[in-house]
Amino acid sequence: MLIHELLDRSAQTHPQRIAVEEDEGGAITYENLAALSNQLRDRLYHLGVRPGDRVGIYLRKSIDAVAAIFGVLKAGAAYVPVDPGAPAARNAYILKDCSVKVVVLEKGFEDRLRNEFGRADETPPFLPLEGAGSGLPLRQTLDRLQEQDQAPVAETAILSLDDLAYILYTSGSTGKPKGVMLSHRNAVSFIDWCSEVFEPHENDRFSSHAPFHFDLSILDLFVPLKHGATLVLIGSEVGKDPVRLGALISEKRITSWYSTPSILSLLAQYGKLPEHNYSALRTVLFAGEVFPIKHLRGLKTLLSTPRYFNLYGPTETNVCTYYEIPDHIEDERVQPYPIGKVCSHLQGIVVDERGQEVPIGQEGELCINGSGVMQGYWNLPERTAQGFLIDTSGLRWYKTGDIVVQDADGNYVYVGRRDRMVKKRGYRVELGEIEAGLYRHPAIKEAAVVALSDDENGVRVKAFLSCKDAENRPSLIELKRFCAENLPIYMVPDLFAFREFLPKTSTDKIDYQKLKELND
Amino acid sequence: MMQEIKEPIKEYILKEFLPGEDPAALTDSTPLITGGILDSLATIKLVLFLEERFQIKIQAHETMVDYLNTISDIAQLVQSKK
Repeated sequence: MLIHELLDRSAQTHPQRIAVEEDEGGAITYENLAALSNQLRDRLYHLGVRPGDRVGIYLRKSIDAVAAIFGVLKAGAAYVPVDPGAPAARNAYILKDCSVKVVVLEKGFEDRLRNEFGRADETPPFLPLEGAGSGLPLRQTLDRLQEQDQAPVAETAILSLDDLAYILYTSGSTGKPKGVMLSHRNAVSFIDWCSEVFEPHENDRFSSHAPFHFDLSILDLFVPLKHGATLVLIGSEVGKDPVRLGALISEKRITSWYSTPSILSLLAQYGKLPEHNYSALRTVLFAGEVFPIKHLRGLKTLLSTPRYFNLYGPTETNVCTYYEIPDHIEDERVQPYPIGKVCSHLQGIVVDERGQEVPIGQEGELCINGSGVMQGYWNLPERTAQGFLIDTSGLRWYKTGDIVVQDADGNYVYVGRRDRMVKKRGYRVELGEIEAGLYRHPAIKEAAVVALSDDENGVRVKAFLSCKDAENRPSLIELKRFCAENLPIYMVPDLFAFREFLPKTSTDKIDYQKLKELND
Repeated sequence: MMQEIKEPIKEYILKEFLPGEDPAALTDSTPLITGGILDSLATIKLVLFLEERFQIKIQAHETMVDYLNTISDIAQLVQSKK
């Protein structure tokens, strides 16, 4: 089954159920969502979109954006979502890079994007909407166009499972974003795995916290709609505000939450959770970065009934390992939980620098094979080749760049990024381990560590910190003493800098690139 | 006399190893090596500074925690060499 067929099937079995709700009150039934996406499919086909093409989506999170995603898929094209909060120049780069056939966008973004595209003959047709919210702007635009220039009904495209469903751009180490190409098979195998493990049902209400250009959105968008459940969209403003978010999760009776640990940490600290009722919440999923144990413990103390899962995986594989957090977190636990075991639709191996499998218990890079693994990077055959390990039997393994070690229970424990390992005076230093050490300090709210090279000292380790109480931050002497008690001396940061908040990327992860550029 | 020795040592440690720290937080008895402020390389740099600033010679066996862990210890070591 193709991913847009999941919607059409639910539209037949549950036509009147609410498919998608917005935080500001808009809602749409399965029947209407299917119809609206069909209307867009017809228009896109009329504009020349054909199976195998790409269509850009430049819309704020809304029912309109969800319908647009399904409309593009039904036309047989891959959708390319761009971050509406990102500079127009970056988005234009992405949309040019994969040569989209059409861009569905909000009028507010139109002029800036057109300027960035430059030459008119190199600019794809735009399908501008008055705004985004409730599905009305998309329907009105399509209705108006239909009156001016009738688009005949187009059949929903018949594709193979290996046709592309979407391209998600992730930041590349070169500074240019690179497009991760994912097929219907990639998505469906992951969605089916979610069905098996989380057992969703039609009464569920799933959160959609992550933006649509982030791979967490794949679970959000397709798992509830497969099961006839309801998806609750959370806009980017509310999504960053723990007080409003804490209230919203309760009011909207969310049953399944999924986000990065960053926002869950904020919710635990500032979300005023004890003021609300979360009896509906049965699952809390998190992915994208390490969840500091201090904040996970804080959250579980406040919200003790749901099951918690640590999901791990790069965009290139989507979730590839998972671990269910035990009911009780021991007081003495300071290490983050394992990333767990490989999902049933994938296989994993751990290899050394020469690509040889290492014995159990030894550190190495996690590599993943199976139906969830991307086809490659758009238009970057060399990068794609570098990203994979081909074994002697010809199997393709995606190299995650993450160093792991398998524990006695068979769970993978995350050690760190291959590229966050630095050598300092001959010692191998994992920057994430220093962060974990800093998080153990009671005054520390956020910690991010970067390595700076300098001619005199070689590598210098700098810690950026934010404190729970900015007025009352620990002295550098106190921090160094604390680190020396918890870390080998060569891992004690050389420099410290304090910030009220650490900078975040659009996907709510700590922005290390920006930190490296800060000079203080 | 001791104060004249301690002041430049304190200044040097603050400048080199604790940039941005409140000078009042660094006392004569703050543990430097066991407190994570001086690692092995920093200790070597400090010894080079002491030798040049006070025109003394510090032996290899003296470059360790027993002699250099606090500003008081360091001042005492320097004093004994003068």
